[in-house]
Amino acid sequence: MEGLAEIEKLIQGILAGEKRSIARAITIIENDGQKAQKIISAIYPHTGKAYVIGITGPAGSGKSTLIEKIVKKLRENGKSVGIVAVDPTSPFTGGAFLGDRIRMQTLSLDKGVFIRSMASRNSLGGLAKATKDAIKVLDAAGKDYIIVETVGAGQLEVDVVKVAHTVIVVLAPGFGDEIQAIKAGLMEIGDIFVINKADRENADRAVIDLLSALELNTEKKWKPQVIKTVALTGEGIDDLLKAVEEHRKYLEAGELEKKRRKRAEAELLEAISQRLKDTIIAELKKDKTLESFIEKIMNRESDPYTVADILLQEKIKGKKERND
Amino acid sequence: MAERKIRVLIAKPGLDSHDRGAKIVARALRDAGMEVIYTGLRQTPEQIVETAIQEDVDVIGLSILSGAHMTLFPRIMQLLKEKGIKDVLVFAGGIIPDEDVPKLKEIGIKEIFGPGTPTDVIVKFVKENAPKRA
Repeated sequence: MEGLAEIEKLIQGILAGEKRSIARAITIIENDGQKAQKIISAIYPHTGKAYVIGITGPAGSGKSTLIEKIVKKLRENGKSVGIVAVDPTSPFTGGAFLGDRIRMQTLSLDKGVFIRSMASRNSLGGLAKATKDAIKVLDAAGKDYIIVETVGAGQLEVDVVKVAHTVIVVLAPGFGDEIQAIKAGLMEIGDIFVINKADRENADRAVIDLLSALELNTEKKWKPQVIKTVALTGEGIDDLLKAVEEHRKYLEAGELEKKRRKRAEAELLEAISQRLKDTIIAELKKDKTLESFIEKIMNRESDPYTVADILLQEKIKGKKERND
Repeated sequence: MAERKIRVLIAKPGLDSHDRGAKIVARALRDAGMEVIYTGLRQTPEQIVETAIQEDVDVIGLSILSGAHMTLFPRIMQLLKEKGIKDVLVFAGGIIPDEDVPKLKEIGIKEIFGPGTPTDVIVKFVKENAPKRA
């Protein structure tokens, strides 16, 4: 068990950009609520400086390989980079095979790069519950850029939009036609769309389908760009990074402030609802009447919704009386 | 709080390009509920140790079929020591002659699994020997 002194040492290590401290802190965040909170509270004032790029798209579209090439370019420009790569946890065994790193191993000895693989555990939005806080650790450690790779995304794994400044959706030729591109979810969150494996047949067709679908969106102030890349050879990476910088400039002209406010609010509300849920459920479990209510539901004398209302009202009323 | 997951790095040091065995072990550990990171082929000892640090793994499994284990394994164990990493379980598998096994155990490799080892033996070994950390 890490004691208080050890947590303190970890925090100093994170702020100094020390890799072992960063790594251990992320493990704690994945596993332990209380110690994790201590770490986050201590590093929070040092966060908010890194630029976060989210990379999402279907499995096999080339996200990891693309990241390797993006990071190499960022390194050429002297930028330090943290990467969090999420892969799915088995809903059957709880195990995971984390294989994104294989495509990035040429970066493993670079002192300015930190790569962490993360299993999605019980989350369904394409990231893990710990991803958001792992980003904070890398941010506090002084990384200029943080790249977040989601699990292979279907249509609804869109949580990356809540943590990234710029979201890149990576597709490969043959992703579908314009109709697929109009569908809700994944196709709504891209600030930049990449048609990777652009040396394949039908790449231009894919670009046209995407562009014509994107044009239907008249509301967005930022017009999502479509970039062709071949991640294996590095073709198109310069264009992609140029598009990221353009999007960044667009955000910094005003949108960024709004985004930050919205996120602060969302994070606070999420923390409150999590705590509220934990507290109330813990209290309810102590309640002896719970068993009788469960039986009533089993016997169809009442239903879960009615019982929930009764119990919650009692808890809230009980709290008020104590406060008065 | 959910049970803490065991994190395992499966690594392929050196130049051989046969990773069927490594993948079978990775898959078996995955199915036993662990989080398994695979390095891919042709890793240097430096890359393996650096990866183990960044991924903060509890266990490292080394797979080798090239015959270079008496050069690469000691280098890996030495690097771990130099970096002050003590709380990691290391095991190995592949084509390793019997007479090398005692020497490898002496430098800190806890167990060597030869061809034909049933995967549940390896799973049991990892579960029983993985360090208990916070």
